[in-house]
Amino acid sequence: EADPLITEVQDWATGLGDGVDATPYGLPIEYEDDVVRRNVPWLTADPISSINFTPIHALDGTITPQGCAFERHHSGAISMRKEDFRLMINGLVDKPLVFTYADLERFPRENHVYFCECAANTGMEWAGAQLNGAQFTHGMIHNMEYTGVPLRTLLQEAGLDAVGELSDKWVYVEGADASSNGRSIPMEKALDDVLVAFKANGEALRMEHGYPVRLVVPGWEGNMWVKWLRRIEVTDQAVESREETSKYTDTLADGTSRKWTWVMDAKSVVTSPSPQSPITHGQGPLVITGLAWSGNGAITGVDVTTDGGMTWQKARLAKPGEKMALTRFYLDIDWDGSEMLLQSRAHDETGYVQPTKTQLREVRGENSVYHNNCIQTWHVKENGEAENVEIS
Amino acid sequence: DGYGLGREALPEEIAAWNLDIAPDGTGLPDGSGSVEDGEWIFSENCAVCHGEFAEGVDNWPKLAGGEDTLADKDPLKTVGSYWPYLSTVFDYVRRSMPFGAAQTLSDDDIYAITAYILYSNYLVEDDFVLSKDNFLDVEMPNAEGFIVDDRAKTEYPIFTEANACYENCKDDVEITMRATVLDVTPEETAEEEAALQEAAAETVVEPDTTDKAESAVDAAAEPAMEAPDPELVAAGENVFKKCKACHKVGEDAKNGTGPLLNGVVGHPAAQNADFKYSNGMKDAAAGGLVWDHEALTGYLTKPRDYIKGTKMSFAGLKKQDDIDAVIAYLSTFD
Repeated sequence: EADPLITEVQDWATGLGDGVDATPYGLPIEYEDDVVRRNVPWLTADPISSINFTPIHALDGTITPQGCAFERHHSGAISMRKEDFRLMINGLVDKPLVFTYADLERFPRENHVYFCECAANTGMEWAGAQLNGAQFTHGMIHNMEYTGVPLRTLLQEAGLDAVGELSDKWVYVEGADASSNGRSIPMEKALDDVLVAFKANGEALRMEHGYPVRLVVPGWEGNMWVKWLRRIEVTDQAVESREETSKYTDTLADGTSRKWTWVMDAKSVVTSPSPQSPITHGQGPLVITGLAWSGNGAITGVDVTTDGGMTWQKARLAKPGEKMALTRFYLDIDWDGSEMLLQSRAHDETGYVQPTKTQLREVRGENSVYHNNCIQTWHVKENGEAENVEIS
Repeated sequence: DGYGLGREALPEEIAAWNLDIAPDGTGLPDGSGSVEDGEWIFSENCAVCHGEFAEGVDNWPKLAGGEDTLADKDPLKTVGSYWPYLSTVFDYVRRSMPFGAAQTLSDDDIYAITAYILYSNYLVEDDFVLSKDNFLDVEMPNAEGFIVDDRAKTEYPIFTEANACYENCKDDVEITMRATVLDVTPEETAEEEAALQEAAAETVVEPDTTDKAESAVDAAAEPAMEAPDPELVAAGENVFKKCKACHKVGEDAKNGTGPLLNGVVGHPAAQNADFKYSNGMKDAAAGGLVWDHEALTGYLTKPRDYIKGTKMSFAGLKKQDDIDAVIAYLSTFD
């Protein structure tokens, strides 16, 4: 039977649409209004000191639009004008300096795409399958193209001649908001690839991501990516602030805790099909897709299993992996309509392969919160719906 | 060398921001504070979230207890059971607390609060006084409980290509746990919200004369209250940041640690049936307390003096301008 959408002249094919400037800064079309950040209210005491989740189940490609990139605040997102921004470099430098935003814009800039993952991403899944959706299990991540000045350039501007040996020195970074959220970063990393960023995906940072200036610490836990950056202090010891002792440390089965677990190890997740993105078309051609990333370098491959890990096949990477950035993978299959236990497994350039939850528990026990990079399982049913499960 | 950008930081500027304190005590200011003083300072400034005995309220952090639980299931991590350095307590309280009023406490107050948290964890006696001089003498129970990240030794050699299986990796697979059994995933989707809003919009949209009639009646019944000055309201919104940790306003707001503050200005006290008010507040309400400008000014200046026994541990607003502004702001929420 002929499709009236084709045989009948539609309103949009005869009348006129909006003029330019109908929305001087556009938002997504109304039909996409379910692609939004979401919060899990029971996780925290108050949304001012909390986190929400990127709708990764509904996105494709690798770049996260700023408007739906997850937020994490410790004392709320503050509103600061560029004119009120000051960045101080002090401590064991030759000459302590203060920069304005306009000063930062005059240093040579770089552009890099990096993922930012909260150390607590997938943290609720340690004890067992809890949250039913890739957004909730894996959505504390975003991936943006940053523009900024290497931290190295600013440290050299303040001078590191008098400090002596660099290998045992640290930089302590803090934000201008009420939480301060200070973290200590070893000098080696500070001089390597850390970026003082003021643009993301081509435009100014959003307020919730630290406008006007945030730190970008490639491959390392999101808590270190200090927002509303106001101070960088060169020190001869780690400050051991609240965010690096009482939080963001990893307690093992015997009660001992790991500290300074900065790197986010290789990880992946199937974003579709998944609980919030069920199969709605029945059997036949099916695109299985997801994201992979590693804080230790580039993703070199992703394996996918549809039978709960009895057999694995290599997925297709949309592009070769880039260091400390999200990689998109696809597995195009002919689905026979039978149920699947769907998993993905990331490989990175160091030869690391993403572990199962069982493997991680064998080393760390079940009391850990942060750095859960285990393989995720979705149970896809015959009707196309999917559920977060744990398997043997 | 360099680009010649930026200017030299002045000593007083560095002093204003360079507040961090290292585990070896570097950065500790002069001053001291006792457990005795700490008890009431903590009660006034911290107890609203952390509890009178540092035991924690709702989901807010517990600061005391949890000894010998770190190897148990769901360990309780507090200053006493977990924190390796006392410097972290002082550093964090001085820069980031109280929540919503950071950097308002004196160094002596912070020494006292730190002393009281130690006392709550049975780590010092009730006559203890903490200062720069004895700071490093305090022994933290879990000081030796941390190791530096050892994943490169304990995990990376196992999680390798050589151990990655592709064929006949296991004989069978069983589902051992399902997220839907726990049922803790937030249900509301944007679609459902949009549908609800649409439904709500439909019921309101009908042009209805009774609506207008009612608002006319309202206007006549209410004492002629001047519309608040928008600038004052804006300033009040800013002041309200100090209150936000406990109090919510606006359309979808609910009770938090403190009661919802919609429709409070100009109305009788303790009218929120879902909130558990203190006996002091209930008595005041029974005595006819109405939250007019004068009453709110009294309460917001010194909450604990104005209502004996109030649960609100907020110390009070010092400036009349701030009080006027926050009242103007609150008056915009019916």
